[in-house]
Amino acid sequence: MSSDLVVSIAGVTKTFPRGNVTALQDIDLALTHGEFVSLIGPSGCGKSTLLRVIGDLIEPSAGTVTVNGKSARQARIDRDYGIVFQDAVLFDWRTVAKNIALPLEMLGWDRERRKARVEEMLDLVELGSFGEHHPWQLSGGMQQRVSIARALSFEPALLLMDEPFGALDEMTRERLNLELLSIWETLGSTVIFVTHSISEAVFLSTKVVVMSPRPGRIAGTIDVDLPRPRAAETREDPHYFELVTAVRELLRKRGQHLLPEEEPL
Amino acid sequence: MNVALRRTGEWTPAIVVFVLAIAAWEGAIVAFHIQQFLLPKPSDIVSSFWTDRHTLWPAGWYTFKEALGGFAGGSLAGILVATLIGRFRTIGPAVMPLAIAANAIPIIAFAPIADVWFNPLSPVSKMAIAGVLCFLPVMVNTLRGLQRASPRQIELMRSYAASDLDIWRRVRIPTALPFVFTALKVSSVLAMIGAIVGEYFGGAFNALGVLIRSDAQILDFQTAWAGILVASLLGLALYGAVALLERIVVRWAPAARDS
Amino acid sequence: MPASLLRAVRRSLEVGAVLLALAGLWELYRWSWTTAGWTWPFAVDSTSMPHVWTILKAFGQPAQVNQPALITILFHKSLFTAKEAVVGFALGAVVGFALGILFAHSRLLQRGVMPYIVASQTIPILAIAPMVVVWVNPKLPGPFQGWGSVAVIAAYLTFFPVTINTLRGLHSADARALELMRTYAASAWTVLWKLRVPASLPYVFSALRLAATASVVGAIIGELPSGLQSGLGGAILNFNQYYSIEPQELWATNIVAALVGILFFSVVVATEKAIVRRAPENVA
Repeated sequence: MSSDLVVSIAGVTKTFPRGNVTALQDIDLALTHGEFVSLIGPSGCGKSTLLRVIGDLIEPSAGTVTVNGKSARQARIDRDYGIVFQDAVLFDWRTVAKNIALPLEMLGWDRERRKARVEEMLDLVELGSFGEHHPWQLSGGMQQRVSIARALSFEPALLLMDEPFGALDEMTRERLNLELLSIWETLGSTVIFVTHSISEAVFLSTKVVVMSPRPGRIAGTIDVDLPRPRAAETREDPHYFELVTAVRELLRKRGQHLLPEEEPL
Repeated sequence: MNVALRRTGEWTPAIVVFVLAIAAWEGAIVAFHIQQFLLPKPSDIVSSFWTDRHTLWPAGWYTFKEALGGFAGGSLAGILVATLIGRFRTIGPAVMPLAIAANAIPIIAFAPIADVWFNPLSPVSKMAIAGVLCFLPVMVNTLRGLQRASPRQIELMRSYAASDLDIWRRVRIPTALPFVFTALKVSSVLAMIGAIVGEYFGGAFNALGVLIRSDAQILDFQTAWAGILVASLLGLALYGAVALLERIVVRWAPAARDS
Repeated sequence: MPASLLRAVRRSLEVGAVLLALAGLWELYRWSWTTAGWTWPFAVDSTSMPHVWTILKAFGQPAQVNQPALITILFHKSLFTAKEAVVGFALGAVVGFALGILFAHSRLLQRGVMPYIVASQTIPILAIAPMVVVWVNPKLPGPFQGWGSVAVIAAYLTFFPVTINTLRGLHSADARALELMRTYAASAWTVLWKLRVPASLPYVFSALRLAATASVVGAIIGELPSGLQSGLGGAILNFNQYYSIEPQELWATNIVAALVGILFFSVVVATEKAIVRRAPENVA
């Protein structure tokens, strides 16, 4: 693992003119290659906005974003990242296989290459026999796996995930967590993962970034030094609980709207 | 096999109703001595349908061609205009109220004008009327479909650095297709009606609408009804063809799925 | 000026501007085609495309000698046709609504009868109109004779969209709301009027908007074979015959017919705003 900076964010601020909302204020963040970083915070803390700024889907009002040594814009044009949303956002009119192949089509891959890669990805997310199905024939969890397969199909260095398992039940979510980790370890990508769930954030990440709302700011960062590979047993590790508690404390004290008298650390 | 059985089962009530209604119709006319010249017996209508087929069927085909021409022209125009409005979104808000107002205008007002502009004896005049009738529903619904593209899907495409053309091809058009087909089904029925309405104001003597009208005027309701049967069947045929096409092209749409 | 008055004035100005623009386009097209001498799609002259001004002037003049101005005549004919349309609309809406409720409660009836109702709409109303007129007229009480049968034809064009949309609207009630009503042991009647009907209103109004136009179309079409002179349909037939001599009168009649259609439509939209108390929804 090289220690190049994959994502570097400096002084990013985002104000939405409508309603005069400051979604992000003075965000500084640096991520090295191969990290798995979770963004966590209460509603309105700007975590999804930050993700979209990194992906050049929203323009920051101020500050710079560097992805893979380029501007966010260039990184998007060069397709350096894959994105997974909370809804699977699959195209109803395409089969599962064709959905996964979508970015590959856009990259101009030829049919043979696409077919081979799609099969690989289907195996990776364990949906091997569902290639010819349509999205509506799949459960929510399966649809989300297709969405992940699609995001990874062109092997981007960076994976942006916006509460991808938020709509699923806990058991499916825990299972997909394990799958995601194994995929991450196999491919060695860098992941930025937005979530509401403290336990999920700690379980998955190398680092948890806690954000506070109004205006959106980084309240603190907690390194997660749990051993890898993580498994179901990790959730019963006492150190896991310590970390979860630490995140929760940080959220409680600093994740809330700061009163005028309080000063940020 | 089970699906086929279930399907037939679903149609049973309709078939039963059909049989009962026809039987009641025949029976009532005989039993109550209803003046046959007003409401002929189904059996008489069917026999007229067959015996007069040498005039009725070619007339039906002639009118059907007019309807088809209007359907194709009007629908195409509707899709084109909707695409333009969808592409250049600034003209949208200006055009929509016009479209709504135009939708409220009784098209019947246009029929005599079409006859003036295009020779009343020429099929073009009837195609124009059918076309105008088809244009509006297709345009309005195509536009609605184009505007329904999910913002998340567009965001996804942007993450792939997709060009506007890509987004159109891969997201907007497929999203709009189910709406287009719904409108085409409505238009297919309107087209035939438009052609016949147009013929009422004057048309070639071998056109179906003209035939029905003249039959009714000489009080030959039996043949008139037979003519109406022809018109109805042709209208249904066009509708059926569009519905079939819809099944093939838009297999994923919820409507096609549930049916 | 209060905000709503300001908005109304702005609206009228916008409409006026659009109408002026359309008139301008008309004259522009006319001028270009006559100067260039193009004959596709049709030859342009003062018969096929009278000047806008000629048409407007025709409103103020009598159509025939010793008669009141055209606009007065058309006004009375509009009232006559409007009467048929309103009655037809009401009749069609009630029947359509009732059918929708009936079908919502009996799957069997729906399966059995709906296909024919759908098929019935493929029957060109114009072809049936004379027969309906001959058949229905004698059965109507005195004051309804003549125009009453036209109202029936208007109702025929109206009831179908209302039926379809009422059915969809009644079925659109949230499944969880239905469950809630079950926990109250509510009868089917109560569920209908307290839950389903209110849920169906956006759909019903969407159909009523269509029906408003359809009822006007039906009324005009119905007048054609019935030989009724007192309505707009009669006027259209009449002026159609004299078109080559006085083209502007047919155009004037068409403009009036269009206005009647738009007026009906606007009334329904306004009623919807008042009853539903929010912006009319755009349900398909």
